[in-house]
Amino acid sequence: MRAFKYILVGIFFGFGMWKLEAISTFRIIEMFHFESFHMYGIILSGVVTGLIVTQLFKTGKIKTIQGVTKQFNDKDRTWPRYIIGGIIFGMGWALTGVCSGMMFVLMGAGYTVFVVFVAAAMTGTFVYGYLRKWLPH
Amino acid sequence: MYEYLVQVQEFISQPWPWWMGAPVIGITIFLLLYFGKEFGLSANLRIMCAADGAGDYADFFKFDWEKQGWNLMVALGAVFGAYIAANYFDADYQAHISQKAVTTLNDIAGDNILTYGDVPIVPGRDVLHQDIPEFWDIYSWKSLFSLRGLIIILVGGFLIGFGARYAGGCTSGHAISGLADLQLPSLVAVMGFFVGGLIMTWFILPYILRIGF
Repeated sequence: MRAFKYILVGIFFGFGMWKLEAISTFRIIEMFHFESFHMYGIILSGVVTGLIVTQLFKTGKIKTIQGVTKQFNDKDRTWPRYIIGGIIFGMGWALTGVCSGMMFVLMGAGYTVFVVFVAAAMTGTFVYGYLRKWLPH
Repeated sequence: MYEYLVQVQEFISQPWPWWMGAPVIGITIFLLLYFGKEFGLSANLRIMCAADGAGDYADFFKFDWEKQGWNLMVALGAVFGAYIAANYFDADYQAHISQKAVTTLNDIAGDNILTYGDVPIVPGRDVLHQDIPEFWDIYSWKSLFSLRGLIIILVGGFLIGFGARYAGGCTSGHAISGLADLQLPSLVAVMGFFVGGLIMTWFILPYILRIGF
């Protein structure tokens, strides 16, 4: 049951992402060519509701299921990792039209070749973990 | 009752407008915060590496990954959710992109392959959807064994896995959760996503797509 509630959240999210066409490579190419508001609308509307929800939890107006105020950790303010890592991720995102959540969604929709895609992404994460101490952060 | 359910199914099966992002993302964030967690899907790649024993090779993977198992359940749920949406709640299986975007895609292909109002949602052939034009058959096993498919799937996947962890998050962790928490580092990361994405889309992707298939 503990795991089940997270599976339900995932089902809801995966269903929504498919219906919003956020999993479509064509939508991502369209976004990077600024030829539709659709993807920007999804991200902006998601951030606006996310912001309201996050503030309600942060100020303790809504408590977690355990009855405590949710603690948020500020992200480290060291910039090279966000700039370099961000650019590398962005290039992968635009090359494939798929981001790290959407590869699971597409696998579920029946595109089984995404098993290889996920394996490649795991390799990327592994190589990052291995090289981590030599990379500027 | 059955008639009513069919009507509900037909209603949901229509294409969704962008503002449905508000409830979809808002409710997802709400539930995960309510359970005491945070939304971020690329963390699963690190968890999967750790679960496969990557801790033997790098300290980055030495953490109590079993405590992060809930995140794998979210990803697993997304697999099921997509299966349900794609098979039972999608009327036309299309990406409803703009006329301008269709023109751009045809310019890249060098031929009027796609027509406005008839663009497949995923550029790839699967068992049920074989009518994808050859040029846009990227995500299939056949494509994996071509140079173009190999570059897109292997190099693209690698860049996503490497970049997401280097930046400390992906579209869900930075562009959604991070911005929603007003984290400046997340804004910098999202600007990085767009710089990388624009360079790739405008200067590199067309040439990769035009490699034979």
